[in-house]
Amino acid sequence: MPRNPYYLYKKQDVMKNYLFDENMKMADLILIKPSLILLLPRFNIPMGFGDKSVKELCQNHGIAVDFFLLICNIYSHDNYVPSLDKVLAIDMSMLNCYLEASHRYYLDRRLPHISRHISRMTAEMKDRAGDILRKFFEEYNNEVVAHFKYEEQNVFPHLKRLLAGESSEGYSISQYSPSHTNIEDKLDDLTQIMFKYLPEEVKAYETIGAVFDILQLSEDLKKHSFIEEKVLIPYVEHLERKEKR
Amino acid sequence: MKLKILIAEPSQIIVEGLRSVLHDSPRLEVVSVAEDVAMLEERLVAHHPDAVVINPGLLPYSSQVPAMPGLPEGVFSVALVYQYFEPSYLRNFDAVIDIRESKHNIIAILTSLGREAADKKEGKSDASELTKRERDILVLVAKGLMSKEIAEQLNISIHTVISHRKNITKKTGIKSVAGLAVYAMLNNLMGEQVGAEGRDGETE
Repeated sequence: MPRNPYYLYKKQDVMKNYLFDENMKMADLILIKPSLILLLPRFNIPMGFGDKSVKELCQNHGIAVDFFLLICNIYSHDNYVPSLDKVLAIDMSMLNCYLEASHRYYLDRRLPHISRHISRMTAEMKDRAGDILRKFFEEYNNEVVAHFKYEEQNVFPHLKRLLAGESSEGYSISQYSPSHTNIEDKLDDLTQIMFKYLPEEVKAYETIGAVFDILQLSEDLKKHSFIEEKVLIPYVEHLERKEKR
Repeated sequence: MKLKILIAEPSQIIVEGLRSVLHDSPRLEVVSVAEDVAMLEERLVAHHPDAVVINPGLLPYSSQVPAMPGLPEGVFSVALVYQYFEPSYLRNFDAVIDIRESKHNIIAILTSLGREAADKKEGKSDASELTKRERDILVLVAKGLMSKEIAEQLNISIHTVISHRKNITKKTGIKSVAGLAVYAMLNNLMGEQVGAEGRDGETE
């Protein structure tokens, strides 16, 4: 059947209201929610997957398909909160790996990329305004780095120990607050400042590029903290309770 | 104050479903139901709703502006959709509820209209221009002063400072102290002083 845009449009329109399942074609998943493409490198799934289903592809790459779908569904459906029972039925062995891969993506790729945008953009700005904007982003960047570092040094090893059945004494998930509110606010502020209050001498294209990338990062990070809050914490709490028994 | 809602929808199943969804919110009340436009016009007069949740399919279709029966001033129109409508068409409504939305979202959409209605009654405007007082406070916030210190310096209560800060954030769309400092600099509010130093992560 020829896939004319109209057909695809209708299909996406209908499908976007349902959770994804393993028998869907990966290509359809991406058509329904194009930003899911950003998740593929975090799972080491390369492009060029033809008409393979999600299940086939995950099997080929050694990924638990239910875990992959959990992440895709959270990214695609706002307010989708999986129950703890549902999470417990899922193979969560990749959770650590996935979260760390996301951190690498933000730190090694997105933030440096946005930083370059901002440098080019502020180069045109007179007075100290450019310095101030750069400094604002730098501070934001440092906060993100510190937050991720805390998680990588405390939360992730804790989860690893629990999963391996080792003693997890010395740390409890109750000490961890995934709240990125303050960090998220800063990113939102940056977009507000850029499209509402930038001086006129700044080149529009540079700003547009930066704003797009920041909005995309902001959305991605919100989902990332949502996963930490609604999946990671309840899951680790469950493992801690289990260990105490 | 409850938001009084009139539902204009021909399907009884949808009406009952929506009623049961809205029933759980203490801030929402369905005052009446209309099955067609004629009934809607009559019920509007009889029940003085704050919002009309209407299936746009009931309205005579025109691609431009929905031919809404003259809604009285201040009554919100909320489109209840379960088929595709052009976004440009839906923009003519104050809010849109997709029938597949979660219960939580439907209630959130309507209660936010309720708050807007309350604000309007109190005569709050959504002007974006900062007042002189707000600019003064913004400069002090940007310099890194805490609300308590600002209150002391300006000889006003801390509650007044907090309420000014809320308005500043509402008007500028900027929440963080660091972001407000950038805003103040870009708008040349800082005068000769450089106020970006000495701030911290305090937001409110």
